[in-house]
Amino acid sequence: MRHSDRDIRWLPGFNWVTLFFFLFLYLPLIILVVFSFNASRSATVWDGFSLQWYAKAFANDDIQRATKNSLIIAVFATINATTLATMAALALGRNRRVRRKQMFSGLIILPLMIPEIVTAVATLTFFAAIGLSLGLGNIIIAHTVFCIPFAYLPIRARLQGMDESLEAAARDLYSGKWATLRLVTLPLLMPGIISGAMLAFIISLDDFIITLMVAEAGSTTLPIYIYSLVRIGITPEVNAISTVLLGISIIIVTVSYLIGKKT
Amino acid sequence: MKKITVTALGLTLCAGMATAEGELFLYNWTDYTAPELIEKFEAETGISVTLDTYDSNETLLAKLQSGATGYDIVVPSHNFVKIFVSEGLLQPINASELADYGNLSADFTSPPWDEGNTYTVPWQWGTTSFTVNTDVYGGDVNSYDVLFQPPAELQGKIGMFKSPDEVVSMALISLGLPLCNENPEDMQKVMELLQAQKPHVKTYNSDGILERLVSGDAAVHQNWNGYSIRARDENAAMKYAFPKEGVITWADNVAVPVGAPNYDNAIKFIEFVMKPENIAVQSNFAGYSNGISGSEAHMSEALKSAHELSPPEGTPLVFSETCSAKAIDLQNRVWTALLQ
Amino acid sequence: MTGLRAYLKDHAGILPAALVIGVFMIVPILIILIYSFLAPGDYGGVKPEFSTDAYQRLLFQNDLFDQLVFDPAYLKITFRSLWIATVAVTGCLIVGFPVAYYIAGQPEERRNVFLLLITIPFWTNLLIRTYCWILVLRDTGLINSALMALGVIDAPLTLLYTEGAIALGLIYTYIPFMVLPIYAALERLDLRLIEAARDLYSSRWGALWFIVVPLSMPGIIAGSILVFIPALGAFIAPDLLGGGKNLMLGSLVQLQFSAARNWPFGSALAMVIMAMVLLCLMLYARNLRRGGGGFQH
Repeated sequence: MRHSDRDIRWLPGFNWVTLFFFLFLYLPLIILVVFSFNASRSATVWDGFSLQWYAKAFANDDIQRATKNSLIIAVFATINATTLATMAALALGRNRRVRRKQMFSGLIILPLMIPEIVTAVATLTFFAAIGLSLGLGNIIIAHTVFCIPFAYLPIRARLQGMDESLEAAARDLYSGKWATLRLVTLPLLMPGIISGAMLAFIISLDDFIITLMVAEAGSTTLPIYIYSLVRIGITPEVNAISTVLLGISIIIVTVSYLIGKKT
Repeated sequence: MKKITVTALGLTLCAGMATAEGELFLYNWTDYTAPELIEKFEAETGISVTLDTYDSNETLLAKLQSGATGYDIVVPSHNFVKIFVSEGLLQPINASELADYGNLSADFTSPPWDEGNTYTVPWQWGTTSFTVNTDVYGGDVNSYDVLFQPPAELQGKIGMFKSPDEVVSMALISLGLPLCNENPEDMQKVMELLQAQKPHVKTYNSDGILERLVSGDAAVHQNWNGYSIRARDENAAMKYAFPKEGVITWADNVAVPVGAPNYDNAIKFIEFVMKPENIAVQSNFAGYSNGISGSEAHMSEALKSAHELSPPEGTPLVFSETCSAKAIDLQNRVWTALLQ
Repeated sequence: MTGLRAYLKDHAGILPAALVIGVFMIVPILIILIYSFLAPGDYGGVKPEFSTDAYQRLLFQNDLFDQLVFDPAYLKITFRSLWIATVAVTGCLIVGFPVAYYIAGQPEERRNVFLLLITIPFWTNLLIRTYCWILVLRDTGLINSALMALGVIDAPLTLLYTEGAIALGLIYTYIPFMVLPIYAALERLDLRLIEAARDLYSSRWGALWFIVVPLSMPGIIAGSILVFIPALGAFIAPDLLGGGKNLMLGSLVQLQFSAARNWPFGSALAMVIMAMVLLCLMLYARNLRRGGGGFQH
């Protein structure tokens, strides 16, 4: 982290703030990981190293069912939201015939602007009113809605920064509209799409209030399960499953980073 | 991406597949269903059980009112049973016609909240008072003064529930006033009592009671008797209070909601928990009494000797009631004024 | 007819998303709006009677003796929530701006690593991350144990169950929403502008204040909005870290839909929160028209 004094942007202290920031961000996670290896039942007092909580977590049907539900919901909500968001971003960013762009982009950001508890209650009431009962489908729909803006923002930003001349060149070479989209625009847009999808996935995976409200029989998700455990005090079992998820995330993030670096 | 979709689809299909003997969707309070009980039921009947949990009667009510179906068994508290019935959310199970109806103990045979046991059979019953860490405070715990006019040792170390109903009810009993009170003067007294107590309260939170008691963050905490046993397992100094002014008593009941997809399996489950050897498994897990006679023989020694389950002679047990809209409104005004 | 067909064809990209949000977001909000003008049902839900009680209740309340009096309780709760959300935004900005600035100044390779490091904690459930802060902050927690072991203090400091703990929890939860937009704005910063300022004998801090901060304003505003809105309705941090001794808007709304069984009042509160948020956004939009820029990631 050494900086030459000649770097025009260098400001004293900012590196320390950044260091502090990352410590702050990771301190709870370090505690989480450490206590997942705790030998005793306590998530507070260190009692020696043990892997028993991992064994327990892998043998616990409820945790696995909840994790499976969470992953299914997150995957489908992400695919739906990213598809819709990509289409919307292309329409707003590339299609000159779309009218009222201001209104449409406001509409797409809307779910971001409403406090979660309001969305939760409103969605529950609405689902009840129309008698929607699709099991996990209810949650997937609700998640898709609030994931759209999270997927949309990075894609739109990428599109804004993208040079339109490449697409124009492709069209000049008599490439069709769809071929241009498939062979030029989408590949260029991919980093935006990937980061949008990742954001949507994470947001869906973490949602508690909306899920609690719209969940039906057999649709307990990981956050709801974890919430029920907080009631008695978290055991290292939850730490163990969180550590596993954290490990998966680090792998996915690293792989996507390495892929991104290659292209 | 395609691969993930296919895998996910596969998982969904697996989840949707029912076993040959069928399924049972159980909707119960958080941390209130013995895993051993479910395993035993599954082994005996071949029915596969799916458990979801809720955190309050109101959540259960809102869910069922909004038409969320799919649950076969729900477990409302006694003071909510009449609401559920009057809202048309439960279907009759006519427990008196079931084989083991005679197993129900006298208190739970045709109880006031469900005469004739048309809709419910008992699940667990217990009391609500508070747990004191006797390492911190050695005096007599059996009075609400310990909670509401705390001695110096306990000041600033009080944990209360985050639930207007349970906090206000306890204050009413400690003042010797009727529950579900509609009298403004009485509620004024409740408010004064709670406001005077507030500076000594560390937190209003119904979650994580065990952690706070064991870690010493709280030295006295509003609590249920079953949870108090768990606290005592971690620290022998934890004592559950039976205040002489009276102890709030509640009973949770097994019922079948309207629209249950597996009614027959629900009845099988109800018959299962009416057998003493089965419900004892649940009591051993949760630390609460049940309403089935003969189950004591199957309870663990630790539970049989637990002081949390045996109120001293002469302590009145006060069953909480179904409050009117007016009483609820007064209660909420007190609560909002307290926490504004 | 051809007009409609042409419209559908031109808008085929945007309509699906607009439709999904329109049906599953706008319609539910309209239902909530209607609920707020009805009377509460006895056991939750609503009765089909028109009533403005829910809105009247925001400011005036029948006291326990049914006298209609001005009641500041909900105003107090609202101001507390606004205050805490403002503290959260300020805290996020104070820490987040230097971080975003520092990251933007790194070589591209390292920049991406930093960005990934910011997203990783999100994979752990928020409830658990907040819970871990309890272990750090409480009387027998990490900080107090460390300070006492070092002999800095004799008795534990009260860190948990304070408003400071709430602010800390909110800053922790939402700071990535501040760092990312500011970073996006700073990344495109034209270095020649700073050079020019320095050539004209501006100090490092002067260049920061007069050149960098104004140019990153769209990012700062976007970040502030992204932090402010969820912080206003948050209730996990206030409940777990604040000890629930004082109500916040989020828990107040939730209470109305559960124990208080007053859905119309809960709906009215929700409408008020939305109105406050929209007001902020309108101010932002006005600012945007004057200053240019927008949401940039």
